[in-house]
Amino acid sequence: MRILVAMSGGVDSSVVAGLLKHEGHEVIGATLQLYDHGQTAKAGACCAGRDIMDARAVADQLDIPHYVVDAEERFRSSVIDQFAESYARGETPVPCVACNQGVKFTDLLGMARDLGCEAMATGHYVRRVETATGAELHRPADVDRDQSWFLFATTQDQLDFLRFPLGGMPDKAVVRAQADAMGLAIAAKPDSQDICFVPNGSYADIVARMKPETREPGEIVDEQGRVLGRHDGIARYTVGQSKRLGDINTQSANGVRQMVTGIDAPSRRIIVGPRQGSGRTIFGLRNMNWLFDVPPDGVECSVQIRARETPRAAMVRRDGDGAQVTLLEPAMPAPGQACVLYQGSRVLGGGFIRRERI
Amino acid sequence: MTVYLDANATEPPRPAALEALTEVARLTGNPSSVHAFGREGRRVLETARRSLAEPFGTHAEQVIFTSGGTEADALAVHGFGHGRRLLVGATEHDAVLQARPERDILPVHADGTLDLAALERALAGDSPAMVCAMAANNETGVLHPLHDIAALCRKAGAWLHVDAVQAPGRLALDFAASGADSMAISGHKFGGVKGAGALLLRGPSRVEPLMVGGGQERGRRGGTPALPAIAAMTAALTEALGDDVRRIAVLRDRLENDARAAGAMVVGDRASRLGNTTCLVLAGVSAQTQLMTLDLDGIAVSAGSACSSGKVSASHVLRAMGYGPEAGQAIRVSLPWNVAEGDVEAFLSAYQRMTARLGRRDP
Repeated sequence: MRILVAMSGGVDSSVVAGLLKHEGHEVIGATLQLYDHGQTAKAGACCAGRDIMDARAVADQLDIPHYVVDAEERFRSSVIDQFAESYARGETPVPCVACNQGVKFTDLLGMARDLGCEAMATGHYVRRVETATGAELHRPADVDRDQSWFLFATTQDQLDFLRFPLGGMPDKAVVRAQADAMGLAIAAKPDSQDICFVPNGSYADIVARMKPETREPGEIVDEQGRVLGRHDGIARYTVGQSKRLGDINTQSANGVRQMVTGIDAPSRRIIVGPRQGSGRTIFGLRNMNWLFDVPPDGVECSVQIRARETPRAAMVRRDGDGAQVTLLEPAMPAPGQACVLYQGSRVLGGGFIRRERI
Repeated sequence: MTVYLDANATEPPRPAALEALTEVARLTGNPSSVHAFGREGRRVLETARRSLAEPFGTHAEQVIFTSGGTEADALAVHGFGHGRRLLVGATEHDAVLQARPERDILPVHADGTLDLAALERALAGDSPAMVCAMAANNETGVLHPLHDIAALCRKAGAWLHVDAVQAPGRLALDFAASGADSMAISGHKFGGVKGAGALLLRGPSRVEPLMVGGGQERGRRGGTPALPAIAAMTAALTEALGDDVRRIAVLRDRLENDARAAGAMVVGDRASRLGNTTCLVLAGVSAQTQLMTLDLDGIAVSAGSACSSGKVSASHVLRAMGYGPEAGQAIRVSLPWNVAEGDVEAFLSAYQRMTARLGRRDP
């Protein structure tokens, strides 16, 4: 079949293109130009980064057509701007989810349909399981590379069209070996790290440039409003963290370790409380995406409220466009982060953690 | 089967050009050498110079060979117009637009032709100016009123540089009569091979070289000239001047009419245009999607001027003409010298398939 492969220039999506080509499909490569790579070059200079050149070289090597798709404007408005605005609201966003949902699985996928493709494949590490009632999304064979948490917002319609050929790969070494066997020059290329549009790892600087108020200093207070210290900008804090609290950790009442329990953006206050015994069992989710028919009285499942952590037992009920989560044990869900519902390896759906206070 | 309708990016090399190329490529001599080999190279170079100058109505010593159009434009702006205030048409090619960052942009009318009243106002300043106006636009084929522009420049004491890269073979262009002071051409745009172009000068003007090197081209362009590509360029020019432009224009018109019937809007169709070029907007469908669809269907066309990354952006030419979203929904179809009727038919059936599937929907 005619299938579009989203090629990032990395090892994973290159191997996907190669595998599908070797299976005899008509493969079309597409690479999204998401932001101006030539940040040191002047306007009008070529903006192609190394990754685009790599993707193009792989496509040439595989002898498949390859296109560079300009998504800069859409990426800026739907991912980078939202990223900064979320921090300014006192949340901790997950830009990869926004990117997968908008630029990749809406725009590029729409383009694949326009081009008469029957499917679109990516190098994500998740498994897609075909069933009589439609495709299911599962954790991959290689749990160390699990990207299912970042893909919870994939709709059923998108999932039916998508393919994730790496979901069954036992580990990355096998993928690299495949790349090597295909003779791809990128076989030894390092994995991409962190947030792609934050070149030097300092996301707070980017946020501060777009939302200067996030760099304004403010107070660190306890839950009774007593000022315990000061901070240098709310964007550096996430609910649940104990870093960047200075000596508050040792100063506090009974010497118990403290952590951030809330971020009040309008007053620029970071609220802290004791690490032990903090947390809540009930919280709300917004922009819920369901990948199964949720029963009216909810579903018992496990939920994962951070990118890397052990799932927690929970009961989840639909609540309009959102959902209400009841945890068995209290936890510290960070507003803006994703809460993804699992049953075994299967993704049942997910949403973004609401900001509301307890 | 693949159909090539992207002549404004590069024309297919002409047989005469390939013949000249391989013949001259066998020669060892460097035109700067004093021995017999050098003399032979020099003879080939100077013969090429004369045969290039003649059809443009200029003198051989006023022809500076370059690597192509971009270098010729840069040489005009930096080496010839150096020290002059630069006035650049908004729809110029990047070779001119990006040549010098400090320049004033001259607006165009909705039909793509230069706004003469704005030019006159811009020329009113005291400091001597150089105006850059292209003979024919690479994306739309629209022709600027060069004689009127030249008259205004003359009156104001300004120089006129014409980027004529799309003109040779497609447009009768008498350089001497045009009133331009300099003109850029590029061999592969009329069926030569990539790697040779020229800056033509009206008079024996002083030109500072971009590269000094060994003082080649009378000290105006250093470096050993690309003799085979230059020979191919002059051979191509002779052949291009004999092209049946009517034949191509008739095919273009037919293509345009049928594309309109399929839902396309033609950009700049109220202005005088090159006979081989049409710029088609398909409302609501991105140029990127159109290019990919047609490419996968074996049809080679283009959109805007391609960045070396290959990404397709909105056309600065259409934006300058006042188009909004349509600037990102236009493709350029440019018929090559050897276009066959079947090529146009193949394009039209692919275009109709595309519009039937993607056209006339909300953006």
